Amino acid sequence: MMTGAEIVIRCLQEEKVEYVFGYPGGAVLHMYDALFKQDQVKHVLVRHEQAAVHAADGLARSTHKVGVALVTSGPGATNAVTGIATAYMDSIPLVVISGQVPSEYIGQDAFQECDTVGITRPCVKHNFLVKDVRDLALTLKKAFFIANSGRPGPVVVDIPKDITAAKCKFEYPETIQLRSYNPVVKGHLGQIKKALHLLCEAKRPMVYSGGGVILSNGAEELTRLTRRLGFPITNTLMGLGSYPASDRQFLGMPGMHGTLEANLAMQHCDVLLAIGARFDDRVIGNPMNFTSIPRKIIHIDIDPSSISKRVKVDVPIVGNVPDVLEEMLKLLEAGNASPDAEVLALWWKQIEEWRAKQCMKYRMKKNIIMPQYVIEKLYEVTGGKAIVTSDVGQHQMWAAQYYRFDEPRRWLNSGGLGTMGVGLPYAMGASLANPEMQVACVTGEGSIQMCIQELSTAKQFRLPIKIINLNNRYLGMVRQWQEMFYGSRYSESYMDSLPDFVKLAEAYGHVGIRVEKPEDVEAALKKAFIDHKDDLVFIDFITDQKANVFPMVAAGKGLADMILAEDL
Amino acid sequence: MRHIISILLENEAGALSRVAGLFSARGYNIETLTVAPTEDLSLSRLTIVTSGTDAVVEQITKQLNKLIDVIKVVDLSEAAHIERELMLLKVRATGKDREELKRLADIFRGHIIDVTESTYVIELTASGSKLDSFIQAIDAGLILETVRTGVSGIGRGERILKV
Repeated sequence: MMTGAEIVIRCLQEEKVEYVFGYPGGAVLHMYDALFKQDQVKHVLVRHEQAAVHAADGLARSTHKVGVALVTSGPGATNAVTGIATAYMDSIPLVVISGQVPSEYIGQDAFQECDTVGITRPCVKHNFLVKDVRDLALTLKKAFFIANSGRPGPVVVDIPKDITAAKCKFEYPETIQLRSYNPVVKGHLGQIKKALHLLCEAKRPMVYSGGGVILSNGAEELTRLTRRLGFPITNTLMGLGSYPASDRQFLGMPGMHGTLEANLAMQHCDVLLAIGARFDDRVIGNPMNFTSIPRKIIHIDIDPSSISKRVKVDVPIVGNVPDVLEEMLKLLEAGNASPDAEVLALWWKQIEEWRAKQCMKYRMKKNIIMPQYVIEKLYEVTGGKAIVTSDVGQHQMWAAQYYRFDEPRRWLNSGGLGTMGVGLPYAMGASLANPEMQVACVTGEGSIQMCIQELSTAKQFRLPIKIINLNNRYLGMVRQWQEMFYGSRYSESYMDSLPDFVKLAEAYGHVGIRVEKPEDVEAALKKAFIDHKDDLVFIDFITDQKANVFPMVAAGKGLADMILAEDL
Repeated sequence: MRHIISILLENEAGALSRVAGLFSARGYNIETLTVAPTEDLSLSRLTIVTSGTDAVVEQITKQLNKLIDVIKVVDLSEAAHIERELMLLKVRATGKDREELKRLADIFRGHIIDVTESTYVIELTASGSKLDSFIQAIDAGLILETVRTGVSGIGRGERILKV
């Protein structure tokens, strides 16, 4: 016989969970006691529950494992909601265990009671309230299975305190079957053949792939297929790293801050192969404009509801990305159909003309650090091999644009929900899960203050994160929109009374460096990554206040309607 | 276009709110919703009447299928089906209206199931549009209460929705 609390911890052990991110409280005391009595599952004490979920999320994004967070009832659970919604929007596998008031108190407005299952319902893949200790182990098994199969997502398991004290025999099934949940893995062969036929006949083909390729570990298959076809490819913000960014076939990121060549190729292609992507408004711009140009669309996705959601698709293929791509490669090898090299060459000629415009060029300024330059130097100093996390805003776009990701699971950011404050906790999760790797958190002075308390957690667990703070004393993306669309009325976008980040870092026991001159950027980065390899270093780069992110497709406009840096 | 969507659902706490929440979160409309356990007590059968373009209804069925508690979804209105709705109507029944209401109830094949000196309760089972017609046929001033269950639907013949 084991107590419910012991069963929970035992389930985590069975699932080979290495780290749990959490924060104790009344309703989870039994579980924390059970954690104390073992040493297989390590607990990371965060300073705010939001960061617990983000850190678990960062661990999941940088590996292929399920991230686990443990929070108490009431405020513990509500603080976790932003983290859960963030993971949900980007389809990240998480199991969030929340304490609940004892069963008999539920519904009586007890101390630290909230309807966790009700509050989280719209932002989870599934959630459970455990009502009997005999259901506990099976519920956790289901939670892990649901979280990391099909289209992944967060699962919340809410456990009343009395359930964690009650006893029963521990039984954990090896595998599990749910009659109502059977994700499709293999794609429909007829559809795959139809897709290949379209691709081989295409005059202006384009591959557009998203986060689904990374989540399904399909980067290798994607790269092989794209090279075999010789087609141009773009990766969305969530898909960066699924195809090597330094490769010639890679056109950069599409969308609101995508490259000219990627956006024009998306717009003007005649066959679009969409893989694990969802035609997001930040990616295709105005859908009316996008669909006004005829093109055939093939869409591979594990989630049928992603297909034909925003844009009508001609050849839907429901299945697991690497399985479907592998099947396509097999058919290509077996058959004699191949894309027409001459036709393709004409398309490439057009693309190279677009590429020659060098839309990402920016002007250096004397004595003022350009933020893009910091990212380029970061790329050089880390050899392009770091895990880079970011928060949300201009710095996020610059990191995505200028750090050329050649491998998957190296770029962690909140693409869907756009949650400021994720950068540092993502870096914590990634650093713990990948201790041998360099981890950089590219952030801004606005975002970093949304989870700044985690500098304390990072100290406790000796996480050698390098914080790259692009400090322009503005909420930069807000400022950019205000400059462009609100007559330069900078309403509440100036960050006044900023802390001295160097002293702040030092106060938490870390190394702080301030950099104000372009010529000092590289040396500071080297100092951080080489001299202070094992320390957390907070580098406060004082950057140009006027720098904007370009190219830009304004909200509601078509993809070809790009504002380029030179236009201003 | 009006659609009748039938769902087999795990008969578990909160399952209904997942379905209802999906409709409100994604801005789909619900005209009626009925739910009750089936002969297999682990299953609930749910019927939703909704309206939308083909693309919207396609999304609705896909999103419903995505819910973990949903076992099967079928758009009944895609093929031959039967729909029925139960209505209880309390009317003011005095003087000459008593006879008139009785006659109307007979025409619509309804039953008067409660009688007092001044009121009737009329029970009527029919398609939703027939219930609408019945309400229209009665002097609005006489209607005291309307209670409708919402539509239940089933496919005709060998069209069977089962696990």
